[in-house]
Amino acid sequence: MTAYLKIDHIDKTFVRGSVETEVLKDISLSIDHGEFVSIIGHSGCGKTTLLNIVAGLVPVTAGCVLLENREVNEPGPDRAVVFQNHSLLPWLTVYDNVRLAVDKVFAGKKSRAERHAWTLHNLDLVQMRHAKDKRPAEISGGMKQRVGLARALAMEPKVLLLDEPFGALDALTRAHLQDSVMAIHQKLGNTVVMITHDVDEAVLLSDRIVMMTNGPAARIGEVMDVALPRPRWRLELSANPVYLKSRQRVLEFLFERHCFVDAA
Amino acid sequence: MRMTAVKTESATALPSAPAEVVVLVRRPTALASRVRACVNDIAARVVPPIVVIGLILLVWELLCRKAGATLPPPSRVLKETWELIVDPFFDRGGIDKGLFWHLSASLQRVALGYALASIVGVALGTLVGQSMWAMRGLDPIFQVLRTVPPLAWLPLSLAAFRDGQPSAIFVIFITAIWPVIINAAVGIRNIPQDYRNVAQVLRLNQLEFFWKIMVPSAAPYIFTGLRIGIGLSWLAIVAAEMLIGGVGIGFFIWDAWNSSHISEIILALIYVGLIGFVLDRMVAAVSSLVTRGTAAN
Repeated sequence: MTAYLKIDHIDKTFVRGSVETEVLKDISLSIDHGEFVSIIGHSGCGKTTLLNIVAGLVPVTAGCVLLENREVNEPGPDRAVVFQNHSLLPWLTVYDNVRLAVDKVFAGKKSRAERHAWTLHNLDLVQMRHAKDKRPAEISGGMKQRVGLARALAMEPKVLLLDEPFGALDALTRAHLQDSVMAIHQKLGNTVVMITHDVDEAVLLSDRIVMMTNGPAARIGEVMDVALPRPRWRLELSANPVYLKSRQRVLEFLFERHCFVDAA
Repeated sequence: MRMTAVKTESATALPSAPAEVVVLVRRPTALASRVRACVNDIAARVVPPIVVIGLILLVWELLCRKAGATLPPPSRVLKETWELIVDPFFDRGGIDKGLFWHLSASLQRVALGYALASIVGVALGTLVGQSMWAMRGLDPIFQVLRTVPPLAWLPLSLAAFRDGQPSAIFVIFITAIWPVIINAAVGIRNIPQDYRNVAQVLRLNQLEFFWKIMVPSAAPYIFTGLRIGIGLSWLAIVAAEMLIGGVGIGFFIWDAWNSSHISEIILALIYVGLIGFVLDRMVAAVSSLVTRGTAAN
């Protein structure tokens, strides 16, 4: 069986003048349809670069990314990104931010009224319809990420790419959003690739966790299945032996075998 | 135990006491106090400038009333220019017109030159901001040309256009365009990578990117340039008109000087200042209207 999303022997080297920095080395990964995969690693190991390569925002040095057996090397709405810092356009309202994406992706495919309804539907998914006429500066950080998520979902992407989507949020807001993402994933069955540096988040949300070694020339160190049934409940999991064991294994990988180097 | 009891007592007593006092005082005089606050607020803004202007006029009057003073005192300025003040619309043919016609002729030249400078300036600024090659090629030229004083362009433009009107407009254009170009270029160059990423993921085409991302994102910078530009245009028009002649506030001033009507010069200067102020405020108002969303972030 061929994978839905296939990352095939990717190398990435940044060249600046005469200085070459090898960031990623021989990364291969296959992701199935509907799978939720987290990529975890220390800061500076190149996880965001990897995500940007899948998104098409950064070109590869060698190797390729295949989505449904077709090579993708430029950005597109089939791989929607939720950026770390929300990236909403501050001059547009919450509604217009999502509508911009809806109008662009579904131009000619949906009528005006359908696009309006679809925009509101996606705002409902993230429980943000009540703030649809507010501007990004008028809502909280967590709300901005919800809108960013709504914008990405509204594109009906084949793969949803989350780039440390909750990194800049406080613990409570983060927990709320994680629950929302789980619920949405459960409901829509999206294929999700998430970058994170939070072990609990990775174990809670993922079907598989990809652990990356430290850069330069980061590789995939280990891939672990999280064999927890869904739906998952945060409170019940805290005593679940599978959960604790998975968590333990990721922590060991990150802090024993691939301890953070200062230079990164 | 006793300590806590005392504490709660004082805590409950405290908020109720001042609330009662406020209600008692406020109720009969709520409207009056609001009116008084409003009047106070206006007075606080209006009184200081009036006092300062009064003082300046007084000193000016005292200095210039003496025999042998080279400039007229404000009382004489008012007396000699009263006819011009009360009837700005007369037209006796040629350049013997009311101040309204002079000012409107100058404003028309500024409007044309400034509009051209805005359009061309934003376009060139966009080019320089977007393309590294264009920036390297054009930026040195801009940096040199922008230091050329406005009036230095006038003889050259007279030679090229062989007419005063287009030459004056060209001088306004060439004066106002540099800050517009430079600020627009900075604004475009400073579009956050995030917005570019969003545009790429959405596959916005060039035109959509320009209208939906570039213009709104760079608007605060562009308007800074436009605001500097309008000030410079108004500065340059007076000087340019002094040289080209015809109807216009600049030549009105020059003509008054030639006829030794010093009071008329002073009146014209006041009008020039007031209109410059209004123009600046107009661009500022448009700017705050257009950029209200962006400025908030």
